[in-house]
Amino acid sequence: MNQPADTSRVTSAKIVIAGGFGVGKTTLVGSVSEITPLTTEAIMTSASEGVDDNNLVPDKATTTVAMDFGRITIDQDLILYLFGTPGQTRFWFMWDELVRGAIGAIVLVDTRRLADCFSVIDFFEHRKLPYLVAVNCFDGERLHDLQDIRDALQVSPDVPLLYTDARNRESTKQTLIKLVEYVLSMRRTRTVGVG
Amino acid sequence: MVLGGDEPTGSLVRPYAVTRGRTRPQLEIALEALVETTARGRSGQFLGGREQKVIVDLCGGGRLQSLAEIAARMEVPLGVARVLVADMAADGLLAVHEPTGFGDDAADETVGTELLERVLSGLRRL
Repeated sequence: MNQPADTSRVTSAKIVIAGGFGVGKTTLVGSVSEITPLTTEAIMTSASEGVDDNNLVPDKATTTVAMDFGRITIDQDLILYLFGTPGQTRFWFMWDELVRGAIGAIVLVDTRRLADCFSVIDFFEHRKLPYLVAVNCFDGERLHDLQDIRDALQVSPDVPLLYTDARNRESTKQTLIKLVEYVLSMRRTRTVGVG
Repeated sequence: MVLGGDEPTGSLVRPYAVTRGRTRPQLEIALEALVETTARGRSGQFLGGREQKVIVDLCGGGRLQSLAEIAARMEVPLGVARVLVADMAADGLLAVHEPTGFGDDAADETVGTELLERVLSGLRRL
C-alpha cells in the first residue's frame, strides 16, 4: 500500500479570494492551483437554522450557492486551499463558513466596478480578517493610480494594495506571498505591542 | 452545473436522499478539513453503500482530500458530503484532519506563526 508513514501532523489552511462577479476570482485560483478549480455547492433554505432531522421543509424554495476552489500542496503534510467567494455578496451564510479560520483574504478589484467590493471590505473589517486589495490588471493596463484607488475604497494605509494579473501564475504567487507576509507582520506587531 | 446562483432549485429531498434525509452531521467538519481512509475503511468490509465506497476510494490513495473536494468530485452539496463523512468517521472508516485555524479560532499563536512561515516558504518555492 502506498501509505504515508505518518499522517498525524497533516493539516490544511485556506485563503479566501473575494471580489465582485466576473472580476476573475476563478482565473486567479486556476493560475496557481495544482488541480483544475473545482466547484462545491451549498444549499440554503430560508429555514436553514434549526431544521430538525424529521422536518426537511420540502416545500420551501432553496438556493444553491457555488464556490470555486483550488489546491496547493505546500508540503506532504500541509495543503493550502484557495476558496473563491460566491459572486453575490448577499449569500452571507456561506461567507461565515469561508472566513472561519482563514489565513486572510485577497480582494480582487476591477477598477471599472470598484463599488462591487465595498461590502466585501466591510465584511472582512467587521470580521477582523486580514486582507489585501489586488487590482486586476486586464491586458496589462494600469489605468489608475493606486493611491486614487485606495482613497476611493477608503482602506487604511496599512492594507497592502497592488496590481495583479489574475491569469499569470507568477503574479498570483506574488500576491499570495504578499498576503502571508502581511499577516505575519501583523502578528509580530501585535506581539511586540503586548510584550 | 449551472453557476447562475440564486434561482430556486426545488426541493431538498433529492440531494439529501443519500443521507436518508438527515441534514445535521454527527460532527462539524471544516470545508478544508483533510479526509483520509483508515485501514478499516480500506478493508471494504464495513461499507454501507455506493457513496461510502466512492469516498473510501477518493481518500484512500495516499492523497488526502478535503471535504470540499469530496463534495465537488461526488457532485453532491457540501452539506450532504459532510453528513456522509461524519458518519463514516464515527464508524472508523475515515480519519478527519482538522485545519489549523487562524484568527478567532486560533488554538495556539505560536503554532499559527510557524504554519504561516511554512506556507510562505512553500509559496516562494512554487
